[in-house]
Amino acid sequence: VDDALPPGDAPLRSIDAVERGLGEAGYIASRQISTAVYMAHHLQKPILVEGPAGVGKTELAKSVASWLKLPLIRMQCYEGLDESKALYEWKYGKQLLYTQILKDKISSVIGEADNLASALDKLHAFGDVFFSQQFLEPRPLLRSLQEPDGSVLLIDEIDKSDQEFEAFLLEILSDYQVTIPEIGTMGAIVPPIVLLTSNSTRDLGDALKRRCLHLHIGFPDERLEARIIASRVPGIDARLLKQLVSFVQQLRTLDLKKVPSVSETIDWAKIMLLLHASVLDVDLVRDTLNVLLKFEADIEAASRQLAGLTHKARQDAGVT
Amino acid sequence: MAIGDPGRGVATPGPGGVTTPGPGGVTTPGPGGVTTPGPGGVTTPAPGDAARGGTPGIAPASEPLRRFLQVARGAGLRVSAAEGIDAARAVDIVGFADRTVLKDTLGLLLAKTPEEKTAYDEVFDIYFKRDAFAGGDDPAETAAPASEQDPFSSPPYGAGGDGMGGDGMGGQGGQSLGSLLASDDRAALATAMELAARQSGVENIRFFTQKNLYARRILERMGLRALERDMETMRQSGTQEALGRADYLAGRVEALRDAVRDFVERNLLLFAKGDTERFREELLKSARFSNLERRDLDRMRVLVRQMAKKLAARYARTRRRRLRGQLDTRRTLRRNMGWGGVPFVTVWKQKHIDKPRVMVLCDVSGSVAAMAQFLLMFMYAVNEALSDIRSFAFAGSLIEVSEILEQQPVEQAIARIMSLIGFGSSNYGNAFSDFEDGWMKFVTNKTTVIILGDARGNRTDPRTDVLARLSQRSRRIIWLNPEYRSAWGTGDSDMYRYAPFCSLVTVCNTLRHLERVITDILEDAA
Repeated sequence: VDDALPPGDAPLRSIDAVERGLGEAGYIASRQISTAVYMAHHLQKPILVEGPAGVGKTELAKSVASWLKLPLIRMQCYEGLDESKALYEWKYGKQLLYTQILKDKISSVIGEADNLASALDKLHAFGDVFFSQQFLEPRPLLRSLQEPDGSVLLIDEIDKSDQEFEAFLLEILSDYQVTIPEIGTMGAIVPPIVLLTSNSTRDLGDALKRRCLHLHIGFPDERLEARIIASRVPGIDARLLKQLVSFVQQLRTLDLKKVPSVSETIDWAKIMLLLHASVLDVDLVRDTLNVLLKFEADIEAASRQLAGLTHKARQDAGVT
Repeated sequence: MAIGDPGRGVATPGPGGVTTPGPGGVTTPGPGGVTTPGPGGVTTPAPGDAARGGTPGIAPASEPLRRFLQVARGAGLRVSAAEGIDAARAVDIVGFADRTVLKDTLGLLLAKTPEEKTAYDEVFDIYFKRDAFAGGDDPAETAAPASEQDPFSSPPYGAGGDGMGGDGMGGQGGQSLGSLLASDDRAALATAMELAARQSGVENIRFFTQKNLYARRILERMGLRALERDMETMRQSGTQEALGRADYLAGRVEALRDAVRDFVERNLLLFAKGDTERFREELLKSARFSNLERRDLDRMRVLVRQMAKKLAARYARTRRRRLRGQLDTRRTLRRNMGWGGVPFVTVWKQKHIDKPRVMVLCDVSGSVAAMAQFLLMFMYAVNEALSDIRSFAFAGSLIEVSEILEQQPVEQAIARIMSLIGFGSSNYGNAFSDFEDGWMKFVTNKTTVIILGDARGNRTDPRTDVLARLSQRSRRIIWLNPEYRSAWGTGDSDMYRYAPFCSLVTVCNTLRHLERVITDILEDAA
């Protein structure tokens, strides 16, 4: 199979290669994530990434792009996003200028037509560029199809967009092409690697789901999280790292409005590094708890159990 | 001995006259080919068979994969034909060698929600465990040969089954079953069981009541009857050795029975889970709310959400439908001022469609409470298709509960509401006059008022005058009564006194009724 692939595909040779490559780009991927990226390439399907906020959904797209050295084209979705912002827009100003020029030059186009009918014939014979690629302003979706070496297209938070927009994405997701009524269908030069992310604020349509590989990224287990933090916050003391991770993992089992995510653990680790902390203690945790928990009620709930949680974390890391 | 399809090699006659299904058909040649070590004269397969079984020939894996997809559908995953094709492509790429990769890969394609992921993981694990022969004493030991097996390269149903007549199978199999049990060759037993299961059509199992039936069929296919005859002969022969042998075999047969029963149970899980659940759900949709058991409530909630989601999506969409064809001249000119009035951008007249405003008045006294719960759940689930919803609960008196319902999940909110007001007997007159005092001023000609109750005010003043005024102010009043029509107006029921002021009075005590009524409300506004 490998022989058939162009040289650019070599990094996607195997699932292991994907895992290594992402690791080099600073993204510690679980086996499942690497499998998804590998399959996305070989099946030419987009990946729909779901999971709680802050587990690295957007980061995955960025890392794939930087690893494969492809441009990352990002489209943030929001309510009211439509095709003129996502796909293409006409350059109205230039089109207007063009009509002005055409008006001036119209006599040379029509020439010496002696009656109206032949003038019209000549006008029809004249190639019309009013709706042509020259006046087309590509927006993210079209741009990613036009990249000569391929690209990574990130459609972020698709659940925030309207349902109509979802339907409108189907063509690009299944066939890597878009249809512009005035011009026709435009296919991709090189099919981009497409990632869609969703926080599940609403359920996506079945049609969209059917066209995608469905990857769910949950919170990582203790070992994976420790590896992620170590890669994101280099220079952190290994024992402190263990305590941090153990503490956060315990927090996630509590009944909280919003449990801390990986990105919060990273922020917390960075702060600990700045504070030159080497051991977790109750006061330190209490002072920095607002980095992990974003709701007053959550902080209160966790504060009541701080001593126990910290003790357990220290025990897990073998610190007495 | 006749073999149905020589290309698939179901059985290999061996020198000892004992027949084992070769790996070419049932077990897989793993790396290097699994050879079943045959003590007691059991034949190991010829290498040629192994090679044939492992070659990805015509339509690689399509049949076995189809089986897995069937199983997945049975477990409630919605696997479309297109997804089946994708799955086949994916399997071509990753192969079967690594189970974890295979699981991840198919999971990416087939499971689209967290619930489906769970179901998928479960079904994948069961499916790949099913070749293990569970009759052994040591699970670790039995797991080893089983994990080498590859269910994907199993033969299709009944391969070779026609070739072997029932009698031939019985006779041959009996002998074979005896030696298999005697030698305690688990891999071979597992294979024989698998084969017998296919021949008895175990994949058609649908209900747990069929478990014994299928277990018996499988055992008979494996030749249990002949073996029992043999054992009887041994016992009658009277020699010490024969008796001992018979007793030993009897013990093994018991173990085999357990294994087969277990096997059938796993198959029931595999093939019938989805069907049983779908059946249950259909029942629930038309079950009276008051008859529901506690354990059904969770499932009902899921159903309510599903139905509501469908409705909400349908009606949220129609509301934004544009009325293309009529140009809004004024706004078009204004929009195109920047280009000297040349109309590059056209603006079309849009039909403005009101979302319905809804006020819900729920009787939460004992008799109607179950119903109230689902009505409120449904209304809040279609929230996005409504512009405004306010809810009120009453028994003896009436309070607004919108805030509680907005802040808490419905289940908790209901419990809270019940603790606030859900005691005492209902007094409709009192409740209506409470409503008039506090909230009548918010009722406009766009408001749909939904009243849920059995209209049994315990012989208190019904205050129909309030309902008359409410009917004048509002767009319409819909009265949902959980009682059957025959009970209206009997005893203390004031239903017929209220009815003239309502634009719709209807029986509503199942999920289907509820869906119909709410569709009607949304329909009316669209």
